[in-house]
Amino acid sequence: MFGKLTWDAIPFHDPIPLVTSLVVILVVLGVGIWVWRNGWWPALYHGYITSTDHKKIGIMYIVLALLMLVRGFADAIMMRLQQSLAIGASQGYLPPEHYNQIFSAHGTIMIFFVAMPFVIGFMNFVVPLQLGVRDVAFPTMNNVSFWLTASGALLVNISLFLGEFSRTGWLAYPPLSELEFSPGVGVDYYLVALQISGVGTVLTAVNFVTTILKTRAPGMSYLRMPVFCWTSLASNLIILAAFPVLTVSLALLMLDRYLGFHFFTNDGGGNSMLYMNLIWVWGHPEVYILVLPAFGIYSEVAATFSGKPLFGYRSMVFATMVICIVSLMVWLHHFFTMGAGANINAIFGIASMIIGIPTGVKIYNWLFTMYGGRVRFTVPMYYLIGFMLTFVGGGLTGVLLAIPPVDFVVHNSLFLVAHFHHVIIGGVVFALMAGYTYWFPKAFGFTLDERLGKMICWCWFIGFHLAFMPLYVIGFWGGTRRLQHISDPSWAPWLNVALLGAVIIGVGIVLTVVQLLYSIKTRDQRRDVTGDPWDGRTLEWLTLSPPPHYNFAVLPDVHGEEAYWIRKQTAIKQDALIDEPDYQPIEMPIDTPTGVICAFFASLCGFAVIWHIWWLAILGLVGAFAVFVWYAWQDEHEHIIPVEEVRANARERRRIRMEHLHTLSQST
Amino acid sequence: MTNEAATIGLTHGASEDTGLGHRGPESKSIVVPYGFWLFVLSDMVLFSALFATYATLAHATDGGPTSNQLFDRNLVAVETLALLISSFTCGLAMIAAKRGNMLWTQGWLLVTGLLGAVFLFIELYEFATMIGEGAGPQRSAFLSAFFTLVGCHGAHVTVGLLWIGTMMAQIWAKGFREHIMRRLLCLSVFWHALDIIWVAIFTIVYLIGTLP
Amino acid sequence: MTEIDPEKLNVAPGEPHSDILSETVAYVIGLGLALGLTAISFWVASTSSLWGPGVAVGLVVLAIAQMGVHLVFFLHITSGPDNTNNVLALAFGVLVVFLVMIGTIWIMEHMNENMMPGPEITNLQMQH
Repeated sequence: MFGKLTWDAIPFHDPIPLVTSLVVILVVLGVGIWVWRNGWWPALYHGYITSTDHKKIGIMYIVLALLMLVRGFADAIMMRLQQSLAIGASQGYLPPEHYNQIFSAHGTIMIFFVAMPFVIGFMNFVVPLQLGVRDVAFPTMNNVSFWLTASGALLVNISLFLGEFSRTGWLAYPPLSELEFSPGVGVDYYLVALQISGVGTVLTAVNFVTTILKTRAPGMSYLRMPVFCWTSLASNLIILAAFPVLTVSLALLMLDRYLGFHFFTNDGGGNSMLYMNLIWVWGHPEVYILVLPAFGIYSEVAATFSGKPLFGYRSMVFATMVICIVSLMVWLHHFFTMGAGANINAIFGIASMIIGIPTGVKIYNWLFTMYGGRVRFTVPMYYLIGFMLTFVGGGLTGVLLAIPPVDFVVHNSLFLVAHFHHVIIGGVVFALMAGYTYWFPKAFGFTLDERLGKMICWCWFIGFHLAFMPLYVIGFWGGTRRLQHISDPSWAPWLNVALLGAVIIGVGIVLTVVQLLYSIKTRDQRRDVTGDPWDGRTLEWLTLSPPPHYNFAVLPDVHGEEAYWIRKQTAIKQDALIDEPDYQPIEMPIDTPTGVICAFFASLCGFAVIWHIWWLAILGLVGAFAVFVWYAWQDEHEHIIPVEEVRANARERRRIRMEHLHTLSQST
Repeated sequence: MTNEAATIGLTHGASEDTGLGHRGPESKSIVVPYGFWLFVLSDMVLFSALFATYATLAHATDGGPTSNQLFDRNLVAVETLALLISSFTCGLAMIAAKRGNMLWTQGWLLVTGLLGAVFLFIELYEFATMIGEGAGPQRSAFLSAFFTLVGCHGAHVTVGLLWIGTMMAQIWAKGFREHIMRRLLCLSVFWHALDIIWVAIFTIVYLIGTLP
Repeated sequence: MTEIDPEKLNVAPGEPHSDILSETVAYVIGLGLALGLTAISFWVASTSSLWGPGVAVGLVVLAIAQMGVHLVFFLHITSGPDNTNNVLALAFGVLVVFLVMIGTIWIMEHMNENMMPGPEITNLQMQH
């Protein structure tokens, strides 16, 4: 009746997951009750949960990412602690079977449920505003995408108190991940959670490629789009290209585990090397999915806070699209040592080095954007500079790793671990923090505290270097990744420095929470009245903060690159806004519970598949399909915003802008 | 200004028209099929991974049955004809729908669905026979790859049949409205794409796989 | 009725022609060509009058031709400026398909040759 699910699934004998689970459940319940007591559930339901507004969906993605960051980081600190304690005779506090779950969860959560949602959240919030349109091409599908991602995250978290997580790393290589060597439910949690959220991600890609290619403000030709939109386009194209391969890889492993197929088994003719190949066909493009929008954020930040247009716009676009294509051609560098032979290794090694060239072009472009500009050292600019100092180092170790003979020495060592954290933290995380600070006022109407923001940046910068530079050294000394126990005591001081670094990052994360709470409490001191707190250059700064549901009363006419900057400068020179346009009623998509209900059934189905509760799995599938059919049967998917409301909001915006304009033209 | 254009907020004319895509957001009748086209292309990538898997494992028979021993070209020929003609009748259904002709639309859709069902029936028969002979997907890696590749296509055909049925119901209940027509267009793109994949399957799996 | 782009700058993929006759003709020609190509494929696969190794190549070429027939006659993918986005998307898709298939086959062939256990070991496995 309940498949494999029994009371033994609850980790009564494992204190760490048991206590963690209890705490998490209590906190979740507590927050739920606190929200209910304050009467906020209806607002949450109508304003966020069922919202088809890209801005709200973007915010939900980022909230999810920040919550999962806490779990992913907790895993990291636990690993650092274990490695510092378990040296020589000591076994530390985490037995191997537990440690293995932790590094697997850490990687899976950080990539799939922190980095991806964070990046997708930014694309959601920013791209339609920068394109000068009202929403993405498929707003309801957008909502569904978010909830499917959340469903995956939910399943991974359920594994904490029901069953176990996988012990096979963030990519679950067979034959270890096959049923023979991993008979528990851990790998199944991993596979099912990723398949469900993977569907959401592919739908997001369809949405954004269509939006960027087919819906832009009048006059916005391709070469007038902001660079962040170009990088979002490239990233989503890569998602379309790569995620189906992930789906296949995971599905084949599921077929092996559930139906006894022989894709990757040791017997029956299976070939586990095929899995490595397929999963990395996805895995390498995945990191470019993350880093390209990050580069886009840097482009926006560099231009805005240098007070100059981005240097080399066309070369930036060209470099982005080159990276988009070449990123699909380098995947073998993740398994040079698997034995394809010298010729193949050489070709992929060369391709991997070539991809460094357009990246270098971008770095030069950002540098030259800053050069000759009036640089303002705000928090996002701090992260840009930190990125340039950090990412280049990580990129260099990447070029080193691209040389097959070098890779043979350091493959799967701590050198590799240091490299990818170097580029991901320096490249992606710093961009996310910069974007968070940069676009926070647009989303919520007030800026974050600047001083705390700078402290957080220092924590990340110092903490990251302390945490990972020692790992390069230990990697060269032969330290492999995923070690639960360290046999060489001479590594101890290095590992302790790494632990200190992790703690400093932890302080940064705590400060981020403090900054948010403090900023909310003192928000009246930092209100973003005009909607343009940074003297921005792109169209999102045209609106008030937060923008109305429909973004723009009238879609802006675009006359060149940096559409908003031109318009602003013209207004300042003429000391007048553009003529008041002819307002019309606006049709916008309605809110819908389709997404959250579909995801509920998907979670049910997923949970049932994991625990082999077949009747429940079928129920979940049928339920998800039924919701979809019900939604499709509806005739009314839009509602009209009356012209009086549009006109009133627009006039308020014009009034505020006129005031601001007088201040600006007096100071120039 | 059409209602359609107002939907996505294009409330005034285009500024200096500098070529494709500068007139403001496209209408839903362009946007929706394009998005679906992108999805179909991602589905093609999915099948390419399955094809790559099949190609890698085609000879991993573990001493068990090989493709030469298992596949019947006559059955495949009938399946191919059924699917190809169903693509044609799907096109005829679209033409009838454009003319707003309920009888012929439903008729051609029904024929399309029936031909699809014939295809599926033959495929299921083939699978059942193979499993009965001990050549099921658990026998060897080659067979796992075969059943997954061809079975995945069959699953897509099944979804297509469900979709045809749903469209027939929706057209019957609501007529040939904008959004129904858009969905019909997406369905026809999907159905044609399935035939394209089948061309690859019967060539690589059944024809090349049974060469002497 | 489906609204067609009034300025003819963009065509939805698969959108039927406005002229019913030309649409029907396209479908009939497409069906004819596809049937012909299919028949030739089956013949090529069973005849002994062609050089062996060339047969597989020929079949692949015929398959690609058939896919082309579907794309042009059923899906109306053309090289006109109103189809640019559709063609670009298709080209990207084809590139990815090509990379995934050729890349995997090429890599796995080498892996199998270099790394798979020899017949002795595989035989040992089969003996139990």
